[in-house]
Amino acid sequence: MTAATAVATRRTAARRLSTRVGRVRELGIVVALALVIIPTAIVNPRFVQAQSLRDLLLNASIVALLAVGQTLVVVTRNVDLSVGSVLGLSAFLTAQWFADHPGTPLLAGIGFGVAVGLACGLLNGLLVALGNVPSLVVTLGTLYVFRGIDYALAEGRQVNAANLPDALLDLGSSRVLGIPILVLITVVVIAAAALYLHSYRSGRELYAIGSNPEAATLAGIPVAKRTLATFVLSGLIAGLAGALWVARYGTVDAAAGTGLELQVVAAVVVGGVAIFGGSGTVAGAALGALLLGTITSCLVVLQIPAFWQQAIAGALLISAITVDRLLALRLAKALRTTEGTSHA
Amino acid sequence: MRNLLRWETALVFLLIVVALTGQVSTDGSFLSGGNLFYLGLDIGEIALIALPLTLVIVAGEIDLSVASVLGLSSALIGWLWNAGWPLETILPTVIVVGALCGAFNGLLVTRLGLPSLAVTIGTLALYRGLALVVLGDTAVADFPASYTSFGTAPVPGTDIPYPIVLAVILAILFGIALHASSFGRSVYAIGANEEGARFSGIRVKRIKLILFVLAGAVAAIAGIVYTFRFSSARADNGVGLELAVVAAVLLGGVSIFGGRGSLFGVLAGVLLLGGLRNLLILQDTSTEVLTIVTGLLLLVSVLAPSLTQRVATLRKAHS
Repeated sequence: MTAATAVATRRTAARRLSTRVGRVRELGIVVALALVIIPTAIVNPRFVQAQSLRDLLLNASIVALLAVGQTLVVVTRNVDLSVGSVLGLSAFLTAQWFADHPGTPLLAGIGFGVAVGLACGLLNGLLVALGNVPSLVVTLGTLYVFRGIDYALAEGRQVNAANLPDALLDLGSSRVLGIPILVLITVVVIAAAALYLHSYRSGRELYAIGSNPEAATLAGIPVAKRTLATFVLSGLIAGLAGALWVARYGTVDAAAGTGLELQVVAAVVVGGVAIFGGSGTVAGAALGALLLGTITSCLVVLQIPAFWQQAIAGALLISAITVDRLLALRLAKALRTTEGTSHA
Repeated sequence: MRNLLRWETALVFLLIVVALTGQVSTDGSFLSGGNLFYLGLDIGEIALIALPLTLVIVAGEIDLSVASVLGLSSALIGWLWNAGWPLETILPTVIVVGALCGAFNGLLVTRLGLPSLAVTIGTLALYRGLALVVLGDTAVADFPASYTSFGTAPVPGTDIPYPIVLAVILAILFGIALHASSFGRSVYAIGANEEGARFSGIRVKRIKLILFVLAGAVAAIAGIVYTFRFSSARADNGVGLELAVVAAVLLGGVSIFGGRGSLFGVLAGVLLLGGLRNLLILQDTSTEVLTIVTGLLLLVSVLAPSLTQRVATLRKAHS
């Protein structure tokens, strides 16, 4: 009896631990968010007023959007470093389009930006999936190519808010039920991607590809097709983010979104998406983006020099992956013990 | 291996094409001593950092924090100089700090088994952040001319900039380490098959740690060069340089998966990018063309081996 009970207890313990590890990430980020927000709110109560909370969400929404697309790619054990350049190219071309064609309907103009992103994503995806070359190198290459094209087309010009239609600028500043529209769009994209990854067969297959590409191929999963799709989606979302960037900031030159790729990857990793694929959620990645953005805002409120922001973000990323690793090691140990006893 | 050799031949060929085009289109001033001096100054830091980074990538890891270590080293020089330290003490100190930064990366990767891509994206932000904390957005520029001339003047009697002399000396040392020592063979073995290397008794963790320490130390040296070249210690010196260096290393034919590549190819890659940049500037072509060309070359460098392999398989299937 004692042996059987012991095995059962250990098994439940291991299972409990594994569910806990699964949940601990999102919870961990929420706790971290609370740890950042509460002291700031005590020092300056205005920090938790509706307006500043709105700004917080608004500032994080573009990085959060990119993080959603990046999650789809990273889950399959790839990476898309070109997102910052795709955003820049889409932002400039969208702004230029609106400036050159004043009568363009709002949705058509945004659709144009999305199409630019989609084309970039398609190129990345084709190179990675068909050329059979590592995504890190391909997207590092296209990071330069897209940004170069962006600069070449812009020729040093910038598009100002005065040349943009009011409908577009309203999109960047107006609210529905008190929530900024940009935030709503971001939430919709997060929800759609989360549903896809969680409940659709092809979404689940992305995790299988990331966990073990060879096994996924043997299991009959169309790896190349799925990989292509993730890059197209990442590009498409970066294109949308570019169009929304125009709406939010109003003034756009060729440098928009420079260096954003590393921020996005940082948000994704802080959000608990394993950099070598196979695990992580879009909600986690979006929360990661929100946490990094919130820290920046809190430092401003607490009047800590903004210089600290980057150091803190870096330290946070390293602690996040370290904690992940330690939990995974503990989990592996617990599972091993269970297995050992049940065999005996 | 044959593909790799071909790529290096292609690089040398491209270098000759660039040199000849430059020579013809600028009426002979491209290969003049004066222009080569500026070319040398321009590629100094990238050439320096590319050396240890080649070894890191051959071992199957990556270090994206190098440009931030450069910035931190520059900021520390300014801060310590303001605090009244003599440069003779400052310079060894920042190299040690750079080595410590590298050791921190290396320990996280080897002791905790964390992926170096994630770790060094974290320390990229951390080290740059520390640089900003140390020096803020101020610049320190009052260094004695005896030191700044190291970054701005040629070796007396020649057109060779000092940083290039330094890079050549280090290139020889790194070349021996990678291509003519058992240490280098171990680095290749680790990159080709880490588990296999461990089972054959190679001290994988120790070697990786040494590589990260070297990357940090050399990045700090590049920070010294950068600071004296512009006579300005700033926390944001070299922002974004990490991608340029990685691009140069990969362009040189080093496989991002490790186990393949040579220092010769990397140096050819650095020279090619520097030469193209210089040529475009001489011709008043906008630098965005260079950005596009960098990206395209990078794509070609990875696609070429994969494509030649496909053609070879197709041919085999036909015969």
